[in-house]
Amino acid sequence: MSERRIRVLIAKPGLDGHDRGAKIVARALRDAGMEVIYTGLHQTPEQIVETAIQEDVDFIGLSCLSGAHMTLFPRVMDLLRKNDASDIIVTGGGIIPEEDIPSLKESGISVIFGPGTPLDEIIDYHKNTIRKH
Amino acid sequence: MEIADRILKGDRRAVARLISMVEDSDPLAVEALGILHPHTGKAHIIGITGPPGAGKSTLVDRLVKSYLLLNKRIGIIAVDPSSPFTGGAILGDRIRMSDLNTEPNVFIRSMGTRGHLGGLSRATGDAVKILDAFGMDKIIIETVGAGQSEVEIASHAHTTILVEMPGLGDDIQTIKAGIMEIGDIFVINKADRQGADRTEMELRAMLELSDAGEWTPPILRTIASNSDGIVALRDGIESHLVYLKSSGKLDILNHQRTREEFLSILGGEISKIILDKVMDGSKLDALVARILKREIDPYKAACDCIREFSENR
Repeated sequence: MSERRIRVLIAKPGLDGHDRGAKIVARALRDAGMEVIYTGLHQTPEQIVETAIQEDVDFIGLSCLSGAHMTLFPRVMDLLRKNDASDIIVTGGGIIPEEDIPSLKESGISVIFGPGTPLDEIIDYHKNTIRKH
Repeated sequence: MEIADRILKGDRRAVARLISMVEDSDPLAVEALGILHPHTGKAHIIGITGPPGAGKSTLVDRLVKSYLLLNKRIGIIAVDPSSPFTGGAILGDRIRMSDLNTEPNVFIRSMGTRGHLGGLSRATGDAVKILDAFGMDKIIIETVGAGQSEVEIASHAHTTILVEMPGLGDDIQTIKAGIMEIGDIFVINKADRQGADRTEMELRAMLELSDAGEWTPPILRTIASNSDGIVALRDGIESHLVYLKSSGKLDILNHQRTREEFLSILGGEISKIILDKVMDGSKLDALVARILKREIDPYKAACDCIREFSENR
């Protein structure tokens, strides 16, 4: 009897102390039946990627409100590639200007959930996108 | 087959993947566990339990750092409860162990209980084996424990540590809790808080009432956030291991556990075979309905089922 449960890492990279959004998303995904690993604040991309590998997550949700997303998000993607873990789907959230989104997507981020995104949209995305390994 | 070989070669992704497969009851995991079995049985398994907020995760963080100084490889399994309604879980033990995320000699895995009672997940035992085969010297299982139901951790660990903190209640709570018997080592964490003397006195009084075996559980004080008392705790854990080995208790424990594990697997496999042969899903539900209507009692139903199986083979 195989029962696959979706696992998600919610991570706060860099020097950013605002985690209310991350916690709300974590809680919403939990209530949708997923297992959510929360890293806490001030994580380096190295810590995030190593955690994602050990926890065998299907998704990493990066939350950044400090403005450093153009450095931190692509760095996470690079490290995933180096660790042969590009199958993990990475999403982003926080204060991210519209014009940055194309280049973030180019670096491999699947989707950006900006402020005001309905929680159901985030939940549906996680339920309907399947990691290939 | 491939995944087990990758684990034995030190591939961390393979370790993580196989633990997920075990959690998801993936049938392919059984074969991999079989290949790993000869490589298990070497690790010292340490259980850490106690009420929420006692500081278990911080204590584990400091204890692991102290073991790293001795060049030990450490696996950590941090179990948190799953929601009984949605099955979801927030697994947050890593927040207190951030420094360990990038330690090459540490592997941390968070697990939800997924509806399993007893404070552990059904897959915890197999996850321990996977980390054991991966070459971990110590495997720490951390789980919330505040009452009767957490004694299960003691049936997986060689050394069980009960973490308490000052000010949780009077000694009636300690008697009620009923998990006193499983502790090999007692830790009063946050010992700089008011009431530590009283907590120690109450623990000591409880221990004196219980049957003194060959091993007298020490009561240690720690302030994990300052790393106070951590070396003494590590020494206490090592002394317990020496005791287990020299007294022959370790062999007895391992024998008992292997026996229980085998019997439980045997039971599961037998019922699977019988159900496959004589009872498909709709027949099973029909039988359950008859039991509900009090047309047949469940013991007789089970016996009939076995009889039908043995007559038809």
